[in-house]
Amino acid sequence: MLPQAIDLHRVLPELIWSAFGVLVMLLQPFVRSRQFFSFLALFGSLAGTVAAATAFLHGGPGFHGLVQSDSFTFFFRLLVGSVSFLVVLAAGPYLDRERLPIAEFYALLFFATAGMGVLASAQELLTAFIGLEMSSISSYVLAGYRRDSLKSSESAMKYFLLGSFATAFFLYGIALVYGATGTTLLDKMALSDGTSTLLKLGLAMILIGLGFKVAAAPFQVWTPDVYEGAPTPVTALFSAGPKAAAFALLLRIFATVPAATKYWFWAFWVLAALTMFAGNLGALVQTNMKRLLAYSSIAHAGYILVAFAAVTSMAQGGSEEAAPAYAAVLFYLLSYALVKLGAFTIVSQLGGAGEKNLSIDDYAGLSERQPFVAAMLSIYLLSLLGLPVTAGFFGKFYIFKAAVNSHLISLAVLMAINSVIGAYYYLRVIVVMYMREPSAEAAAAGPVPFPIGVNAVLLITFVGTILFGVYPNPVINFILRPSLLAH
Amino acid sequence: MSEPLLVFFALAALAVIGAVSLILQKHPIHSALSLIVVMVALAGLFLLMGAEFVAAVQIIVYGGAIMVLFVFVIMLLNAGVEEHTSLSKMAGPPGLLLVAALAAFVAATIAKSGTGVQAAAQTGALSSTKGISEMVFKDFVYPFELTSFLILVAILGATVLAQREKS
Repeated sequence: MLPQAIDLHRVLPELIWSAFGVLVMLLQPFVRSRQFFSFLALFGSLAGTVAAATAFLHGGPGFHGLVQSDSFTFFFRLLVGSVSFLVVLAAGPYLDRERLPIAEFYALLFFATAGMGVLASAQELLTAFIGLEMSSISSYVLAGYRRDSLKSSESAMKYFLLGSFATAFFLYGIALVYGATGTTLLDKMALSDGTSTLLKLGLAMILIGLGFKVAAAPFQVWTPDVYEGAPTPVTALFSAGPKAAAFALLLRIFATVPAATKYWFWAFWVLAALTMFAGNLGALVQTNMKRLLAYSSIAHAGYILVAFAAVTSMAQGGSEEAAPAYAAVLFYLLSYALVKLGAFTIVSQLGGAGEKNLSIDDYAGLSERQPFVAAMLSIYLLSLLGLPVTAGFFGKFYIFKAAVNSHLISLAVLMAINSVIGAYYYLRVIVVMYMREPSAEAAAAGPVPFPIGVNAVLLITFVGTILFGVYPNPVINFILRPSLLAH
Repeated sequence: MSEPLLVFFALAALAVIGAVSLILQKHPIHSALSLIVVMVALAGLFLLMGAEFVAAVQIIVYGGAIMVLFVFVIMLLNAGVEEHTSLSKMAGPPGLLLVAALAAFVAATIAKSGTGVQAAAQTGALSSTKGISEMVFKDFVYPFELTSFLILVAILGATVLAQREKS
């Protein structure tokens, strides 16, 4: 059957993001104004995000089940759309400061966002693969966007080589799953005999491929180098967008295909434990802010994987019981994306021209030089730590509750231990900012200017962090809907 | 042993030998030439399954266009014989061991679940030119169109990374 208008409606956000990517490319030779492109990019990312709502209102399967426009898709489209909106806001001043071309950056960002949207809505593995590649290839180029910087090229090269390797695993996994079930549609796969070794092997390969994308240990080795070398607004994107989209696909596969939930409990258990420790222990010895936040993002992937272990453990008792664990993953990704975007935006701005001031020592005495920025960064770090009144608290709380409810006491204990380790390095940064005298040159240089776009990012992420930390009910009620994932 | 099976094993062996040679060759040009062997052997395998369109595409696109591209890139980069650091030499034996283990496991699994795989291969009837066009332009039109964006991203990315600095 040929696709109908309703099919296009259900993938409208991705169409809009891609169309804006093409539009930016077409206008680039004719328009000199950098501001024009910034406004166009803001408008485009917002338009796609709004279209997510109409796609949701006309929800249902599109293209004979290749994509699914349900509440789950809506949530992730909103998330990646907002992430890309905030990255545009933060990237404008950054690109001006570093004298980098602006239009190409936004075009790549649009295609990356569209890819993430495809990944979040895909209910078929080939479609998911194309989405994954769209977002990955854009990401590789964005990582190497500062071409005159050796670190940026190193970042792009490492990300590209290791990312392609992981993609090969993902693709091989799809081939094996197809060999075992004769279909790439997730809902048809659910009907097939789940006991075949071939299916399990294929799902394991898919897990490895996506494990790389979300930076789960032992596939996390690339993360610090890539995050450190990439332009900081791009690092902010990496830590929030592609990660959330890959988790979305992982969640959909393991929610839809019973064979997956059944056999991968221990895989998630081990991944979660390894990832938490790899992230937190690695972060302890870092002296560079971007590397510190990179290790912290590995640790947070570990916390999310705890919720995955809870999902797989509870789903055996019926999908109803697993709902709080799903909600925990979604809420955590939301709170984490807000905080990471805010924190990386501050790091990006304080880094100064050429990103020179990235060491934690450069943050000494920040409370005197720029009290407002120091306070904001402290809030973000406290949210990463999971202190009450911030969104990070509820994020951790729901995952902890899900773990305890599914009798994963040992994993919950490991998570608590890791939170304590995390407290050390988050608080260390706050101590440096508030208790140490600034160096003479930093004091002489005066405060770093914060342009309006950057301030807007800080305001939005700050309000979000506090709002969801005090009143998370609307979001939680939405993601606890029984119809979250349509089958 | 029936004739198609004999042809299958001959082509499969050729593909595997080509792939191993691709990795073992020290010079990039020799690796590229080994890749042609793999591509042609795969085209033969597709033909054996009745997928004449895929077989033709395999030769024209992969054996032809992509290979010319590879050779040009190797020429432009003036790539010589590979260099090995002591660390990359050390990674060899454990890597080989892991590859052997994985290959053995995959092969054993596929051999064991023979019936399941055969059922999937029956869709080979869809691999005719007509079947493929039905699949690509009706059922899978969405990922097919997305692929064009994917290629666009690759072009854009190459331009961004390779363009000259404007003064």
